[in-house]
Amino acid sequence: MLKLTSDIQRIRSLLGLKDEANVYLIVILAALIGLFTLVLPDQFFRAANLQSMAFQVPELGILSIAMMVTLLSGGINLAIIATANMAGILMAYILTQFIPEGATGAGPILMMTIAILAGLAMSTLIGFLNGWIIAYLGVSPILATLGTMTLIQGANVVLTKGYVISGFPDPIRFIGNGLVLGIPMPLYVFAFSAFLVSILLRRTPFGVAVYMLGSNEKATLFSGVSIRNIILKIYSLSGLLCGVAALIMISRFNSAKAGYASSYLLVTILAAVLGGVDPFGGFGKIIGLVLSLLILQVISSGLNLLGMSAHLTIALWGGILIFILFLNQLRQRLGHVKV
Amino acid sequence: MNGDNFLELRNISKRFHGVQALKDVDFELRRGEIQCIVGENGSGKSTLIKIISGVYTPEPGGTITIDGVSQSDITPAKSTHLGIQVIYQDHSLFPNLTVAENIGIHQHLETGRQFVNWKKLRQTARDAMSKIDVSLDVERLVEKLSVADRQLVAICRAIAADARLVIMDEPTSSLTRQEVDALFKVVRDLQQKSITIVFVSHRLNEVMEIAERVTILRDGLKVATFDAKDMDDHKLGFLMTGQEISYSALTNGFNREKTILEVDRLSKKGNYRDISFDLHEGEVLGFTGLLGSGRTELALSLFGMNPPESGQIRINGETVHLATNHEAIARGIGYVPEDRLTLGLIMEQPVGGNIALTVLKTLLTRCNLIDSGKQKAFIDQRISDLNIRVPDAEVAVNTLSGGNQQRVVLAKWIATHPKILILDAPTVGVDVAAKSGIYEIVKRLASHGIGIILISDEVPELLSNCHRILLMRKGRLVGQYLPSEISEKELGQKINEG
Amino acid sequence: MKVSTGTVRFLKSSEFYLFLVIAGLGAILTVVTEDFFSLENLFDVLVSYSFLGIMAVGLMVVLISGGIDISFTATATVAQYIMASFIIQHGGGWWVAFLIPVTIGIMLGAVNAALVYNLRVHSIIITIATLNVFYGVLIFVTRGKWIYNFPDWFAEGYSLFDFSAADGTDYSFSLSIIVLLAVFAVTGFLLNRTSIGRQIYAMGGNMDAAKRMGFNLLKLHFFVYCYMGFLAGIAGLVQAQLVQTVAPNSIVGRELEVVAAVVLGGASLAGGAGTLLGTILGVTLIAIMQNGLTLLGVSSYWHKIVIGMIILISVSITAYNRKLEERRHAEIDV
Repeated sequence: MLKLTSDIQRIRSLLGLKDEANVYLIVILAALIGLFTLVLPDQFFRAANLQSMAFQVPELGILSIAMMVTLLSGGINLAIIATANMAGILMAYILTQFIPEGATGAGPILMMTIAILAGLAMSTLIGFLNGWIIAYLGVSPILATLGTMTLIQGANVVLTKGYVISGFPDPIRFIGNGLVLGIPMPLYVFAFSAFLVSILLRRTPFGVAVYMLGSNEKATLFSGVSIRNIILKIYSLSGLLCGVAALIMISRFNSAKAGYASSYLLVTILAAVLGGVDPFGGFGKIIGLVLSLLILQVISSGLNLLGMSAHLTIALWGGILIFILFLNQLRQRLGHVKV
Repeated sequence: MNGDNFLELRNISKRFHGVQALKDVDFELRRGEIQCIVGENGSGKSTLIKIISGVYTPEPGGTITIDGVSQSDITPAKSTHLGIQVIYQDHSLFPNLTVAENIGIHQHLETGRQFVNWKKLRQTARDAMSKIDVSLDVERLVEKLSVADRQLVAICRAIAADARLVIMDEPTSSLTRQEVDALFKVVRDLQQKSITIVFVSHRLNEVMEIAERVTILRDGLKVATFDAKDMDDHKLGFLMTGQEISYSALTNGFNREKTILEVDRLSKKGNYRDISFDLHEGEVLGFTGLLGSGRTELALSLFGMNPPESGQIRINGETVHLATNHEAIARGIGYVPEDRLTLGLIMEQPVGGNIALTVLKTLLTRCNLIDSGKQKAFIDQRISDLNIRVPDAEVAVNTLSGGNQQRVVLAKWIATHPKILILDAPTVGVDVAAKSGIYEIVKRLASHGIGIILISDEVPELLSNCHRILLMRKGRLVGQYLPSEISEKELGQKINEG
Repeated sequence: MKVSTGTVRFLKSSEFYLFLVIAGLGAILTVVTEDFFSLENLFDVLVSYSFLGIMAVGLMVVLISGGIDISFTATATVAQYIMASFIIQHGGGWWVAFLIPVTIGIMLGAVNAALVYNLRVHSIIITIATLNVFYGVLIFVTRGKWIYNFPDWFAEGYSLFDFSAADGTDYSFSLSIIVLLAVFAVTGFLLNRTSIGRQIYAMGGNMDAAKRMGFNLLKLHFFVYCYMGFLAGIAGLVQAQLVQTVAPNSIVGRELEVVAAVVLGGASLAGGAGTLLGTILGVTLIAIMQNGLTLLGVSSYWHKIVIGMIILISVSITAYNRKLEERRHAEIDV
């Protein structure tokens, strides 16, 4: 009997059901899916719609993880979009300049690998730089990344002169648009990234330190954790994730540009907080973020099918966040009365 | 009502979520007296203060009479209006505003006042300061002031608000002895102006020094009110805890043959100078001195967080240069900071995470991931070892009592298997009863051969727990005492000298 | 003695550094370019940055109170859009053109205040959400159409004190300049001379203490966020009059630029700190920098890079100084 209860608890915790907040998210998600299925009986649950949703989630999803890891550590990374665009532009530049059209064989594949690695290295480097400014100069994360965001945005525009760089080889386009077993490639990349980051956060000393740092920097320092080291790593990780998002972004659009995804910056914060991440650090899990991303995507796709403008979606996203915050507040107040 | 009384409480009870915080308490304050309220954590002191200041309403049946007038539902605004001012431990000042504005802040709240009269504000501040013979630059920002000066600003603010009763919550906890003397002078000045003073403190010797009467609370009940002259700290301690507290003296010896730590002429400008001492295996070495004597700075140097400028540290005969606390921990040094709330523990995070934080690297699987089974077993072992009372290891530390929190910090450091453990004021904010539990742990650790540096300014604690006591003053070591050769009174005097 | 402490305080203030940087930059631009130090150019800069200045002042007040508002660009856009639609359809005069955006701004500000106060979540999260809500609903309802064809009186603007410079060009204190100066004056008075202004500083310095002292925090929240909304509404009006079009995406997206200007001016994201002079200087620095780069013929692409550099350098210097200061404070008398 005892064994059974502990098994149930294990399953609950695996599903993220241990946190009441996640239960709310699941209920809201189910309600939204139910609603759209009722309103759009023939369209919502069609493979085409599910597939298009699966194509759209990863980009915002990976950027949101990039934001989330810094929020967990008590910081913020306002430069994620700029970083992703910088990496995307660098990849696009190498892909378009050094691969002759119609070339085949090992050469182009090597060059594509180099392009991707260069992009990832670039974004990681930018993240490292953010971490360095925060850890060694003592600048607050919001100001440091506001500065680098502006700087890199500027650099992106200067580098591209405002133009679009487009036309990539097929393998690259496959990363953004291909299907494997009926599931879009970007979704694999997202699932893989989310899984890895989740392991990193929950199962490594580094991850534990991130949460501790997010709650109390000084006490973490007094426990013998090298704060600077952790901050450098967390912003580098955030940067690296931006690079991965960039790869998906440019391969999906078959182009790179300075202003892609610019409206996503605030949405990533919204998604993270909706997913239960404490904006001041210390608490939050990947599973909550994934649920929140699903909610956002279901709203977006459902409204899209209904022919509503994408802007109504954005308004509803904001509304849902406020609603969840309201529920949390209500629960806390009721909880106090009960105890 | 007695005409001499400024305030009378009768039959005051208060419960929170089923916990009885105060039960049938009667309390009275004579006009112009200095009275202390003492009691352990959770005895109901702060609830009582909050009832007087109108933050909480007592349960039906209780009455509050102020100045002969019965006050039914008293609110914070009403209590301020009646001249009741509370000076909280954190002073509740506005660091970004000037001294003048902090003292005269009530002017901004006057009904009907729309605009600021800066001239009047400054004058109010000067008047308030002159009443207690204080002169601070009224244009200085409060964030630039020392803790003692901030406290003066808080007192002046109370004066400027026409206080007739000033309640001070733990006013001496972060003051040096000189500053405490200055504060006591101010308190007596206030009394001269026929202002009633309530002093809440856990430092019993100070209570004896300043108070005329002492009210003792225990478990939400009032034990009694006594004249201070009939009291001493032992009697008070007994009345507060309801048990005769006698600490068992240190009986186990230590290994004089084995020196584990040698500190040789260690100096750091602005911190401490020319410090030399030895620590042996299993020895409990006391460090004492006033706030600002350099004892914490020295401890931080031994823990690698405040590298010294000159001199040597040798561990087991080997000279070490400790540039980070990471290196110190690797060398077997642990440090339990005084400020448990902000430095010792990560209060919002689970007990288990706190305990395992320093040793996560030893709990990994072959693929360098945390082995959750191993981790859980390890944490449970620590919890049962130190007898920490928690429902499970996943609850946040801030849900525990002070004594249990302190055990969690100790568990966290014992987990690193230290050879040298530095305990900085380990029993501050811990109940008298819970203290002895911590002393037992200290003795047990010493008997396992750990060298312990115990920093404290509680004389009885030092005498009953240490093999030797070193005294620091203004950054220098000025004396060494054996507990068997010095009395409580003598040591207390030595600490406060100069 | 008294005078000198005041002077010393000023010389050590961030405003003074900022002033030096601006003066230095101005001097360089005066020497290097022909046009910078001309009445015409300076007037141009003043007019074209006035709406940013107005929003910056509003944001400063929110920052001083210990909060932040990201949604003000959406507020300004909603306000100007409704105002423009109204006067084009129904006519009206300056009073209508003023009252509509101001009322809308105050209403949206009240929404923010109510949410921030009651949900007890940091204002940055709340206002990111409301930014999305306000803006999303606006675009949904209006389908993002641009608005032109203002009535003549609105197109002509409003001006005082027309005067001619020596070179024969006509200048006047146009709507933007008058409003900007009025906003400066009112806000300066509010913050330094009124009880509510001082309460805002106090609340930003120590929210708990303010609560214990019996401040009416609900009222203060409403005041602060509604004042921000009020100024955002005015900024919307000024900007619409300036460019003679209302494009839903012309102000939204510039939130962080305004945040940068205010923070450069010494306001702290932690609350309690910030001065009107500082904010004016912060906006001035960004304005002059962009203007100077334009005059130097540097492509506008480079502007962001330079602004990014300025932000990074200034926040780094401030943070580093604070670190040094803390280290000095840590020493005790031996």
